[in-house]
Amino acid sequence: MAIWLNEQTRLVVQGITGKEGKFHALGCRDYGTQVVAGVTPGKGGEVVEGIPVFDSVAEARAATGANASMVFVPPPFAADAIMEAAGAGIELTVAITEGIPVADMLKVKAFLRDHPTRLIGPNCPGIISPGKGKIGIMPGHIHRPGRVGVVSRSGTLTYEAVWQLTNLGLGQSTCVGIGGDPINGTNFIDVLSAFRGDPETEAVVMIGEIGGTAEEEAAAWVEAHFDRPVVGFIAGRTAPPGRRMGHAGAIIAGGKGTAKEKMEALAAAGIHVCESPADLGSTVAKALGR
Amino acid sequence: MKIHEYQAKEILRRYGVATPRGRVTADAGEARAIAEELGGRVVVKAQIHAGGRGKGGGVKLAKDPAEAEALAGQILGMQLVTHQTGPEGQKVQKVLIEEALEIARELYLAVTLDRAAAKPVIIASAAGGMEIEVVAERDPDAITRVHVDPHLGLLPFQGRLVAKRLGLEGDTANKAGKLVAALVKAYLETDASLAEINPLMITAQGDVLALDAKMNFDDNALFRHRDVVAMRDVAEENPLEVEASKFDLNYIKLDGEIGCMVNGAGLAMATMDIIKLYGSEPANFLDVGGSASQEAVANAFRILVSDASVKAVLINIFGGIARTDRIANGVVEALRSLGGVAMPVVVRLEGTNVEQGRAILRESEFHFIVAETMADAAQKVVAAVRGGA
Repeated sequence: MAIWLNEQTRLVVQGITGKEGKFHALGCRDYGTQVVAGVTPGKGGEVVEGIPVFDSVAEARAATGANASMVFVPPPFAADAIMEAAGAGIELTVAITEGIPVADMLKVKAFLRDHPTRLIGPNCPGIISPGKGKIGIMPGHIHRPGRVGVVSRSGTLTYEAVWQLTNLGLGQSTCVGIGGDPINGTNFIDVLSAFRGDPETEAVVMIGEIGGTAEEEAAAWVEAHFDRPVVGFIAGRTAPPGRRMGHAGAIIAGGKGTAKEKMEALAAAGIHVCESPADLGSTVAKALGR
Repeated sequence: MKIHEYQAKEILRRYGVATPRGRVTADAGEARAIAEELGGRVVVKAQIHAGGRGKGGGVKLAKDPAEAEALAGQILGMQLVTHQTGPEGQKVQKVLIEEALEIARELYLAVTLDRAAAKPVIIASAAGGMEIEVVAERDPDAITRVHVDPHLGLLPFQGRLVAKRLGLEGDTANKAGKLVAALVKAYLETDASLAEINPLMITAQGDVLALDAKMNFDDNALFRHRDVVAMRDVAEENPLEVEASKFDLNYIKLDGEIGCMVNGAGLAMATMDIIKLYGSEPANFLDVGGSASQEAVANAFRILVSDASVKAVLINIFGGIARTDRIANGVVEALRSLGGVAMPVVVRLEGTNVEQGRAILRESEFHFIVAETMADAAQKVVAAVRGGA
């Protein structure tokens, strides 16, 4: 099993006529995802490598039965694209776009209250269920099907963790990048509770970073509700306060959101905390008794 | 993005926040003229982005225009050291000359984002002039928090509520309620990430003014605020960071000795952390972007090695979509354009086409220390700085 994404998922790519959108739409299709449509307002009727393009998500959904969307729309228009997908009844929206203003994401959050959709991201690598499909920009070939769930605020650091797992023979059920922005659609707890509902996910790797309190909240949730092994790492122990470390959300503000606090919260909740990012895979192996 | 106090006050005044009368200048003689206009007794305030200016000697009271000129002369050009500047301090280029008012009470008021609630939040406290973190530590109950619906703005009753909790009454409470509404409006309309008034001053006459002001902005929203972008003061930023920003590179100067070049922010932080774990310190944070183009790699390398404190370089690239052979070419190209570098360069490449990437490094005219894993890379670069490689 896997969470949220499987062989039945039918994907529409918003922003498919852009360079990145096209490249990654084809990447998803090559990996096995059913990419059934693209959307670029004003370019309806075009065809991108065999994928029909529509003016709106609603038209794409009506014509192709798309139930998931991947957003590659530039930042000033990305929030609108996410809300368009939700308004059209898309069940799963993965927003790859980096650089969406916080105020725009607050609008998205308000809109999603009336138009429920599972939003992953923004500013994330996406979601992959190895062997079944991917919606995102991650390299598919470093993954292998298996029973470890991965949830992370990072992109390439997640690849690092996945690669360690794969090299140890530990495959993944689903890997979800929730994104590096301060306001996102899906948080750690959303992913962890979905993993709890997936009997084939035996253990979870959780990769956090400085800024905010999402890791602390997740730790409290794990302690109360999750009885499978969780292995954690927090990036940014050496980050100075008050500086935005690449990700818009990775900032220690007012002395809060430090890696130390987060690691302590994780450890107190019984999560296996890795001091070194190089130990993620081996710590999972150990936790699973392999 | 950060701006100066005088700029924040300029923005806040536009929204109806009262401030003391004053003007900014870079000239001590003009400071005297401004003090004369303002009636003689003034405060001379150093304009740097860091907080803690008063304790560092950057804020002084002048009893007359002659003293204002003398104090401005002292403060302008000084390396002002505060707990936020680091030991080297920040050079003062401008001073704000403001009328000195009789203070009856000092309060704290700010608007910022509550990430967990996904809403802006007003933070208010009767303990003005102190850092809010300190108040939060000592007496958390003394802090009032009121969430704002970003699409409705501040509701009038919420403004009254904040004023009441600050212990204000009558006409002063009305004025404070309006000021809170103005601050929230300014925060929302400028895409600020922080709008802070500390202290908020109540005068002997019961007027409510922003004695100090600080605003930070959401970098992702700057595209729709040209007026805010025009307020950027690059003199306040590290020159290497300014250079990196020209190439859209995320670079932050740190105090250590190992220069790092990594693709992706999370991996870049993790690389800094593992350097520390193996006993050294990173000289910088540098994210060349998840896809790490050859050009980005070349520019990043050039900026990295121009930092005099860098004794060795660690390149850690996880090539997913980005092919590691191309990245290896970018590194070799950067070295060629620099005519090589004297310091050791440890390279850890992983992912797509990694064998080709490593071969390019091996076969180039430069000497690289090639590492297999992150731990191996950290170990090798720390050993290299210690003279062991």
